[in-house]
Amino acid sequence: MATLLDYCSLIRSKNAGPFVLTFDLMCKGQEHYDALKHSGGITRELIAALYACSPDVVTLVHQDSALAVKISIPRPVVQGSRQDTDSYAGQQYVPLLHVDLPALDRWLEQSGTGEGR
Amino acid sequence: MLVPAPVIDRTTLERSTVVAMMGVEPIEHLLSEGCDVILTGRTSDTALFAALPDMLGAAPGLNWHAAKTVECGAACAIPPTAGGLLTRIRSDHFTVETLDPGSRLTPRSVAAHTLYENADPYRITEPAGVLDTRHAAYEAIDERTVRVSGARFDLAAEYSMKLEGAELVGYQTVIVGGIRDSVVMRRLPELIKMAQQYFADRIDDLFGGTVTPQDIDIDYRIYGAGAVCLTDETFDEFPHEMGVVIIVTGPDQEIAHKVATFVAHVSSHLPILEYDGLVTTIAYPFSPPEIDRGALYAFTLNHVVRPVRPTELVRTLIKEI
Repeated sequence: MATLLDYCSLIRSKNAGPFVLTFDLMCKGQEHYDALKHSGGITRELIAALYACSPDVVTLVHQDSALAVKISIPRPVVQGSRQDTDSYAGQQYVPLLHVDLPALDRWLEQSGTGEGR
Repeated sequence: MLVPAPVIDRTTLERSTVVAMMGVEPIEHLLSEGCDVILTGRTSDTALFAALPDMLGAAPGLNWHAAKTVECGAACAIPPTAGGLLTRIRSDHFTVETLDPGSRLTPRSVAAHTLYENADPYRITEPAGVLDTRHAAYEAIDERTVRVSGARFDLAAEYSMKLEGAELVGYQTVIVGGIRDSVVMRRLPELIKMAQQYFADRIDDLFGGTVTPQDIDIDYRIYGAGAVCLTDETFDEFPHEMGVVIIVTGPDQEIAHKVATFVAHVSSHLPILEYDGLVTTIAYPFSPPEIDRGALYAFTLNHVVRPVRPTELVRTLIKEI
């Protein structure tokens, strides 16, 4: 098994306005991006389960030229409200770090690129 | 209404301070009047950069994409602290270049900036329409320059302006402390529940009914036990020490401060069953421990107004210095 940090060199969370929480998953390289995209490991259903929302409100976009996966959900609580614990939403990516993903090795072997590129 | 948006009615607008986010038009108007310096109120980040090229006839797709690329300084450069970016908008592409000789730009770092602080990396909504970068192409010219083409700007059927609003919720006093004793840490959840009941009674006593427990919110944030993530978490390990932030929110600063004073006192002398006598249960780094934080405001609007004329909600004032 692998985690997102095996595929990505940067995982971050941010506000996109006070009502939207957004995540950027930046892959290590082209083959890591292709592997993540084809693994089917990151889905709207998974995000919905991690962040206690409905899959219908999850936006998930693959940005090929940035080798990135972009995910947005309604903020669980509005920025700056009395219940908010993270005004800039900077630490909200952490639940993503524990997701189990398929091991990368096989994909890298198949694509004939190997690690370290 | 944008998604997600809070429910609003006429009184929401009356209670809130509301601003409309302007596009390029008021800026272009002032530039055409010959202004040298323009100080704007709330403006779309990209509009600040798109205004002048738009006036000079730049293709909208390229112009808005170039503006989006530079709206956060050199955020797309490597390293992102680089001084600034220069864009040159041509007829069928634009180039972007870092000005700091030690820094770099790559097609990927430029493309990645469309993700920044947006919900959707391919569609960025502006007052006059939508920037669509789905078919954008990024190509390296040299270590510091990237050539970008292919973005479209689709004019909206109606001009719209986003509204931002906030209203006063209350005034806060906060208390910061820490706990190191594991016996206290384990007892904490039940002790906080007990203390909350005590505070409610004490508020009734202290203010003789003019302030009720419903007017006051006392929130314990226990760092080390799930105070950071907005979603519920479970923990395998018990923390070594805990940070405590107690937030008291009341109708005015004086009341919040008064409540916080006894909340701080009681929280540092919670009765520990295992111990025979009075023990201090929280370490406060400051004395007195309560800190007035001022007013708390909440966002109330995620809406647009349309149709609207681009300068209808914007006041402009020209001054000669």
